[in-house]
Amino acid sequence: MTEPNYASEPLLSVQDMEKHFPVTKGLLKRQVGAVKAVDGISFDVFKGETLGLVGESGCGKSTTGRLVTRLLEPTAGKVVFEGQDITHMSQGRLRPLRRDMQMIFQDPYSSLNPRHTVGAIVGAPFRIQGVQTENGIKKAVQDILSLVGLNPEHYNRYPHEFSGGQRQRIGIARTLALKPKLIIADEPVSALDVSIQAQVVNLLEDLQNELDLTYVVIAHDLSVVRHISDRVAVMYLGKIVEIADRKRLYSSPMHPYTNALLSAVPVPDPKARKGRERIRLAGDVPSPLNPPPACRFHTRCWKAQEICKTVEPPLGEVASGHRVACHFPENAVETPAATAAAEQS
Amino acid sequence: MSFLEVKDLKIHFPTDDGLVKSVDGLTFDLERGKTLGIVGESGSGKSVTSLGILGLHKGGRARISGEIWLDGEELNGASAEHVRGLRGKKMAMIFQDPLSSMHPYYTVGHQIIEAYRIHNDVSKQVARKHAIDMLGRVGIPEPARRVDSYPHEFSGGMRQRAMIAMALSCDPELLIADEPTTALDVTVQAQILDLMVDLQREFNSALIIITHDLGVVAELSDDILVMYGGKCIEYGPADSIFYRPEHPYTWGLLGSMPRLDREPTERLLPIKGSPPSLINVPPGCAFHPRCPYAERTQGKAETEVPALTETEGGHLVRCHMSRDERRGLWENEIKPVLETQ
Ligand SMILES: Nc1ncnc2c1ncn2[C@@H]1O[C@H](COP(=O)(O)OP(=O)(O)OP(=O)(O)O)[C@@H](O)[C@H]1O
Ligand SMILES: Nc1ncnc2c1ncn2[C@@H]1O[C@H](COP(=O)(O)OP(=O)(O)O)[C@@H](O)[C@H]1O
Ligand code: SF4
Ligand code: SF4
Ligand SMILES: [Mg+2]
Ligand SMILES: [Mg+2]
Repeated sequence: MTEPNYASEPLLSVQDMEKHFPVTKGLLKRQVGAVKAVDGISFDVFKGETLGLVGESGCGKSTTGRLVTRLLEPTAGKVVFEGQDITHMSQGRLRPLRRDMQMIFQDPYSSLNPRHTVGAIVGAPFRIQGVQTENGIKKAVQDILSLVGLNPEHYNRYPHEFSGGQRQRIGIARTLALKPKLIIADEPVSALDVSIQAQVVNLLEDLQNELDLTYVVIAHDLSVVRHISDRVAVMYLGKIVEIADRKRLYSSPMHPYTNALLSAVPVPDPKARKGRERIRLAGDVPSPLNPPPACRFHTRCWKAQEICKTVEPPLGEVASGHRVACHFPENAVETPAATAAAEQS
Repeated sequence: MSFLEVKDLKIHFPTDDGLVKSVDGLTFDLERGKTLGIVGESGSGKSVTSLGILGLHKGGRARISGEIWLDGEELNGASAEHVRGLRGKKMAMIFQDPLSSMHPYYTVGHQIIEAYRIHNDVSKQVARKHAIDMLGRVGIPEPARRVDSYPHEFSGGMRQRAMIAMALSCDPELLIADEPTTALDVTVQAQILDLMVDLQREFNSALIIITHDLGVVAELSDDILVMYGGKCIEYGPADSIFYRPEHPYTWGLLGSMPRLDREPTERLLPIKGSPPSLINVPPGCAFHPRCPYAERTQGKAETEVPALTETEGGHLVRCHMSRDERRGLWENEIKPVLETQ
């Protein structure tokens, strides 16, 4: 197994990143507001690790993925890849870096061009990047097809001739063509059937070990994220509210929202439903157009106090590698320093 | 006789590519106040089954055979007209996508009011009051104001709740929920599942919940029916199915899912291959191309469809292996791996 290397510099470092989408009105496209899709998040990703990014629909996971891969321009903040600030790098200078950073998408149907053969799809990155291959592109593509568990003889087939799981393998094969260092996978298994999900999860793990890959896996399924990740970040309304190694996050979650999320997951054990106290959250996630002030979770939090509505809790470190943004965290041994500081000010 | 009895239900569709045997001989029953969970992967025939029970394939090109007995009345032989009259009041359905069953041009309240007045001879005012009540019951904030909202003005979770309010407004005796929470976030899913359980208790209705999520099924069901390729492959009380499953496909589903209630495993244990197309269901046992035990049945797996046989109190399994062989495999090989990994 590849072990993450936490001692070295991070492979990817995201600092105070924001993405506000303007909301415009009328013919003159006057800006009347902004969707704060990502609103000041920071995290590092270390070589060889898998960072899971979870949260409910609309919390900014995909936007984060697209900012990191520079498919979107951030409104503020920095993206540093292998020590280089790539935030405002021109497309020309980015090009070689695109080989190192690839994205896998949720929908294995719409992300593959139906008029291109598998060979053309998986071989495209070689052609676009003008990469020389030892025995020709076809051989290189066929090698990748076998690597992801597809029959290399299916080189000339079209996407519609494959099942959903196989199409996701084609999508993965395409990202592997240029031997990337970092793969951002946005909901890589959520469109697949349970039995196929497991195949693809195992494939991602095998590839990580074989090719020394680093992953950011975006998903809303907390069980899949626990299985695949070394560390996990939980997002709520454009912010990271908690980040920790997976063991701590799942065994002693500290943010009330993380606790609510975990308690909401139905478990496949009929006896479990009887003994379990579920945290019932009221209502829906508020709109990112107008997020609640200070702690964004206060409108749904059962522990909310006056301070939660006026002072934003910082994402403070409460134990080694465990950060949480809450004034009154759960499972806390003592009041975190962050709270004390906030209360004094 | 049970409140709902489905006997050897077959729903086949003639198409240009051949006959699609979407549902191929399904038998089950359900009492009032009880919940049946139907699980299966996509294309296994779950939705066709639920639409079939509600009589929604009638008049189409579907070939339907078998019997559907609801409260002592046979529905498959009944006229489309008659079955339509039962929908809403006697039986109702919640769909995965609320927009598909709600009209975009009418307010949510208007749709609940109309549905209610079809079956209840009351004034608009009384029906409106009932609609507001129902919206409040399903947890829509400020129901008296939101009753005049259009479906698109609701969030996904609110629309799902509004659809439940509509489905329950005439207090149906049989409620079929087809993937009611698949499109929702977990916290909202939890709210909706709690709501369905509360309302079912209150009205003592029979509930069929259809989903691919074994967690959701375990949470709600008294009985569970596992579908594969249009057929039931395992059926029985929830405890039997979860603690003593006997079909290799059910084992495969359990091995495929990462579980939050156990220590994390090193590796998931997926099923090889993919679910069959219902135009070309493999002969014999439909699961045989994916089954790790297929060779144990001396060629029968490829030629003979195994019968659904009882293994213990109400627990039925469709597999050629003998009961002892299946139990031995579960106890000695499967269960230890799933539990201790
Ligand atoms: N191009 C855009 N213009 C305006 N708003 C956008 C745009 N892209 C995303 N948003 C908004 O930003 C917020 C975050 O979106 P994002 O797609 O990142 O969510 P997500 O966490 O990936 O959700 P899901 O789980 O549903 O995929 C949402 O409110 C979304 O509507
Ligand atoms: N009207 C129809 N005509 C032909 N085939 C159909 C029709 N409706 C459903 N099917 C087929 O029946 C099978 C079962 O579908 P369905 O019940 O929707 O599956 P699921 O278990 O995912 O709900 C699928 O192969 C589907 O393509
Ligand atoms: S800061 Fe306050 S409102 Fe926010 S999560 Fe913590 S306790 Fe709840
Ligand atoms: S009948 Fe044979 S192929 Fe089918 S499930 Fe049983 S062992 Fe497997
Ligand atoms: Mg997304
Ligand atoms: Mg369906």
